Amino acid sequence: MMKKILSSNKKLKRICFCLILTMFLSLTLSSCNQKSESKTKKTTFSNSITVLNYGKYIDENMIKKFEKETGIHVKYEEYESPEEMYTKYKSGSINYDIICTSEYIIQKLMSENEIKKTDFTTLKNYHNIDPKILEINRSFDRKNEYALPYFYGTLGILYDKTKVSSKDVQSWDCLWNKKYNNEIIMENSVRDTFAAALKKLNYSINDTNKKHLEKALYILERQKKHVYAYMVDETADEMIAGNAKLALCYSGEAATAMDSKESLAYSIPKEGSNVWVDSWFIPKSCKNEKNAMMFLDFICREDVATANFDYVYYASPILPVVKKQPKDVLNNEAVFPSKETLKNCEIFTMQDQKTTNYYSDLWMKLKAY
Amino acid sequence: MKNFKKQLLAGPYLLWMIGFIILPMLLVVYYAFFSNHQFTLDNVMAITSEVNFKAILLSLKVGILSTLICLLLSYPLALILKNINFKNQSFIVFLFMLPMWMNFMLRILAWKILLSKNGILNTFLYNINLPKIQILNTSGAIIFGMVYDYLPFMLLPIYNSMAHVKKDYIEAAQDLGASKIRILFQIIIPLTMSGIVSGIVMVFVPTLTSFAISELLGGGKVLLIGNVIEHNFMQGMRWGIGSGLSFVLMVFVFISMILSSKFGEEEKGGTGIL
Repeated sequence: MMKKILSSNKKLKRICFCLILTMFLSLTLSSCNQKSESKTKKTTFSNSITVLNYGKYIDENMIKKFEKETGIHVKYEEYESPEEMYTKYKSGSINYDIICTSEYIIQKLMSENEIKKTDFTTLKNYHNIDPKILEINRSFDRKNEYALPYFYGTLGILYDKTKVSSKDVQSWDCLWNKKYNNEIIMENSVRDTFAAALKKLNYSINDTNKKHLEKALYILERQKKHVYAYMVDETADEMIAGNAKLALCYSGEAATAMDSKESLAYSIPKEGSNVWVDSWFIPKSCKNEKNAMMFLDFICREDVATANFDYVYYASPILPVVKKQPKDVLNNEAVFPSKETLKNCEIFTMQDQKTTNYYSDLWMKLKAY
Repeated sequence: MKNFKKQLLAGPYLLWMIGFIILPMLLVVYYAFFSNHQFTLDNVMAITSEVNFKAILLSLKVGILSTLICLLLSYPLALILKNINFKNQSFIVFLFMLPMWMNFMLRILAWKILLSKNGILNTFLYNINLPKIQILNTSGAIIFGMVYDYLPFMLLPIYNSMAHVKKDYIEAAQDLGASKIRILFQIIIPLTMSGIVSGIVMVFVPTLTSFAISELLGGGKVLLIGNVIEHNFMQGMRWGIGSGLSFVLMVFVFISMILSSKFGEEEKGGTGIL
């Protein structure tokens, strides 16, 4: 009797052991990405550059092509969110030669003196870049000497044409319409969701007036019970699955969603919205400026930019690429915002720590409401 | 000499403990009580702000409810498993463990799809002419996900301590005319107390501190204290407040640990887990 109990206990212990082992395994497996990074760090090539970019934000064949053409070895690394990139760069464990990120992080790094001034006009393919986009970038980079545009887009509303009238989505008010109770997806990030509320109230998306922000919080709190969910990456999937009728989302993501479901459409409300530009910059940690410039020149070349556009499907600032696109792509606001739209849109400007904290508090208040 | 060799074997574990448990804890305490190298209580007192207080209350509520549901589900299950006449009892227990071979985030994502508005569950309900249910993106969904995820952590220690209960005691009680309910409350439950307590701790601590499940199944609409801490670290760049709140949370964890060790001492059978 005793023996039997003991043996079953032993088995149980074995099961427990297996259980703990699996937990460890899943932990180590999930950290695999980081391991492969450290591997690339070890293999040092004399003639190389280290590139840091958003995930899935380049056609990887183009990296191979660059290596073949120039003989420069590319150590390519990816990140998920601008904040992650910021911490990665700031930790200083890897010397990046060239980084691509969103404009508000670039502004932050500029204010911290982390970006090298660069004369981009020496690039052979510099003339390919749309002057309109360079002008947008000049709102924070006055002489276009810190950041080189890579892709751009807008913030707007992705909606189901069959369930939402196109008249409704001409204004941000639709996100507050009780008709769409439990059918709205908002962005799970402070600035984007507040941008929609501020624009509905006819304020600037960069407003720092506390009264205005509190008003925005008030209407967002009223809205919360009608919201289906606050999401970031899953928005497109949820819209394709038909779990919501309206979603606040970025143009690039909207374009992807519209590709897989025809009844989806994208609209930028008349009150105006946010325009974003992801740009390349050369950080202070760059050791190989010449190679970095060669890489940038390569990125701006027509054939390379076309391949990257086809892969990423965000608006490209490279003019020859734009010219080649058929009319229906050019007229698709989710891919290429029109001139009028761009005029109506603002770029996010950097906030000081105090404002960031204030925004953060408001966001937590909304979430806890 | 022999002893020394034995101690040497524990060396790697000691290093692990220092590097990955003690040092990070000290760092959290340092960030919680010092800002710019000056002692401050502001970070810890941040818990008293309306938002944070609400979040920790909700976390406690979700944690206690999930633990209770886990206990109510596991205890009868363990009883059934013990009494079942099957050659390979541990095989059945193994079946309950099997889902744990898959990453828990993946399983939670699967639930998210199953429970979504046009998901499998609602399509099924719709097809048999029943009204759809909206459980996703509420605190109910979070409790559901937590119960699903942590049930094995409750079942295992209880089943284990139940395997220790000698049949002789039960038979003796039966011979003396005790009713089934009396046997359960006066013999089986007291003898399996240590299993119950370690089960409670193993479920309560992770449910109290979790932030990923609430983010996924709560649709970003439910704010637990874990989410507040995550936001302060990852997006707000406010490590001080994040650490202060973590410290408060640690106090709660320690309280539950102390309670458990007090209960556990009464009956030294060992559960094999804690």
